[in-house]
Amino acid sequence: MLDATLRARIDKHLGEYPTKRAACIDALMIVQEHYRWVSDEHLREVAAMLEMSAEELDGVASFYNLIYRKPVGEHVILVCDSVSCWLTGYEAVLARLKERLGVDYGQTTEDGRYTLLPMCCLGDCDHAPVMMIGEELHRDLDPDRVDAVLAAHGGS
Amino acid sequence: METPLTARIRPDGWPAIEEYRRSGGYEAVREAVKEMTPSEVTEAVEASNLKGRGGAGFPTGQKWSFVPMGDDAPRPKYLVCNADEMEPGTFKDRHLLEGDPHGLVEAMIVSAYALQAEVGYIFLRWAYKTARERLEQAIAEAWNAGFLGRDILGSGWSFDLQVHGSAGRYICGEETALLNALEGRRPTPRSKPPFPQVSGLFGQPTIVQNVETLYNVPHIVVRGPEWFKGLSHTDEGGTKLYGASGKVKRPGLWELPLGTPLRELLYEHAGGLRDGYAFRGCLPGGASTDFLVEEHLDVKLDFASVSEVGSRLGTGTIVVLDDRTCPVGLCANLEHFFARESCGWCTPCRDGLPWTAKLLDALERGEGRPGDLERLERHCTFLGPGMTFCALAPGAVEPLQSALRHFRDDFEAHIEHSRCTFAGGA
Repeated sequence: MLDATLRARIDKHLGEYPTKRAACIDALMIVQEHYRWVSDEHLREVAAMLEMSAEELDGVASFYNLIYRKPVGEHVILVCDSVSCWLTGYEAVLARLKERLGVDYGQTTEDGRYTLLPMCCLGDCDHAPVMMIGEELHRDLDPDRVDAVLAAHGGS
Repeated sequence: METPLTARIRPDGWPAIEEYRRSGGYEAVREAVKEMTPSEVTEAVEASNLKGRGGAGFPTGQKWSFVPMGDDAPRPKYLVCNADEMEPGTFKDRHLLEGDPHGLVEAMIVSAYALQAEVGYIFLRWAYKTARERLEQAIAEAWNAGFLGRDILGSGWSFDLQVHGSAGRYICGEETALLNALEGRRPTPRSKPPFPQVSGLFGQPTIVQNVETLYNVPHIVVRGPEWFKGLSHTDEGGTKLYGASGKVKRPGLWELPLGTPLRELLYEHAGGLRDGYAFRGCLPGGASTDFLVEEHLDVKLDFASVSEVGSRLGTGTIVVLDDRTCPVGLCANLEHFFARESCGWCTPCRDGLPWTAKLLDALERGEGRPGDLERLERHCTFLGPGMTFCALAPGAVEPLQSALRHFRDDFEAHIEHSRCTFAGGA
């Protein structure tokens, strides 16, 4: 069951649009911020609140790359793989991340701290290559910077 | 040289409402609401020759003129700001949103007044966390000051504005996909007609406008269309936020007169290529624009001039290709991006883009075969304008078709030598 405070927060968003379903991204994000991902059970509960079928809501949820329908680690690392980052050393940054974390894209470290995912252009191209860890942006990366950022973040 | 879009942006922090108002902020709301009729605002925007800065370059005033006006117009009407900036190589809207959030709030109010829209949404990408925080604070400040809400400045007109945080996916920047996203539907594009100006969000008249486009509107209202046209080197009005990324000495953003030549942007502002690298070409306005090369360096970067040489100004943020980076590899990167971001709705895009990505990967691995370049060219035709449901695939093949033309020798060498002739990568 969804936590009562989460249900109350979702309820607040239902009046912000002419239809309840229009609040579905807000609702799914509230669930995800609390549980890190959206389970089938929570998806069904949210769908009922939005007066949508679970299948319809899943059709929306699974479309977006930032709504996680599978468990993820404590921090999601989003590595920009678009053209400006590719031109300025993305491949070396990614190689170092994979080596240090011991995971490939789509995987979570054994200690459950980090999940590694590709991300399209983060809109910070004059500081490429860039990545986000959770909600923090890290810019002007190279393999050594990756080591420093991970160390400052507590490592894996 | 005047820089109206960025004049209020400082290196740290952002102007809250007192500071914003001290520099003339919210004067455009007063001017429009107190001194002008809604249609006078639209006429001023039309006369200014402002063209949409999201990439398509459609005349903004003309777009607004399609919205039903008067007592019989359907209610409510919507104004949506497209702040889903995700075009690879584009980082201009983030700069405006983070540096001057009140500028967008004021622009939304003035534009909504012109359209007599009652509700506004700022459709913001998830990754722009700082922008979200600042926009929400700016909206709250504007409410408290009476610039948002009921009966704004005693005009009888009311306008409600809120931020909608999205959850990723490039296609949400396509205006009709964005409307489906806002309605809580799967964000695939809609067929047009009907156009959003007549039947958009929740079936109501809706204008969707890029961030940078909107920022121009308050300045046009206060300073007038003639002043605005005078900012530009061409007859398209205003300044433009240009950018450069790739292996240039000084990657960055600059607000310059619209129509600034590519050579000036690349060599004076971006400092030219890093030492040891030479210019081979650039994507002038994001991933979905045709390459410009050496022979185009004197092209003025405005919508009409770039179209004349077979590309598009797009977002005006150039991505530079240097002589030590493989153009085939760069195209492979772009086509993988587009293949991943295809919504999957129409077959040419869903199946054609992964095919181009696989062909390019094969060339890079040294497994290219005779006929591959012709196969890529056929894809450029059959994924082109008119063949697909929306503009994603036609945009995706713009860099590819022009790379096949300008960098033909490199593509052929990959097949002839059965390897990437730039081995060592980017």
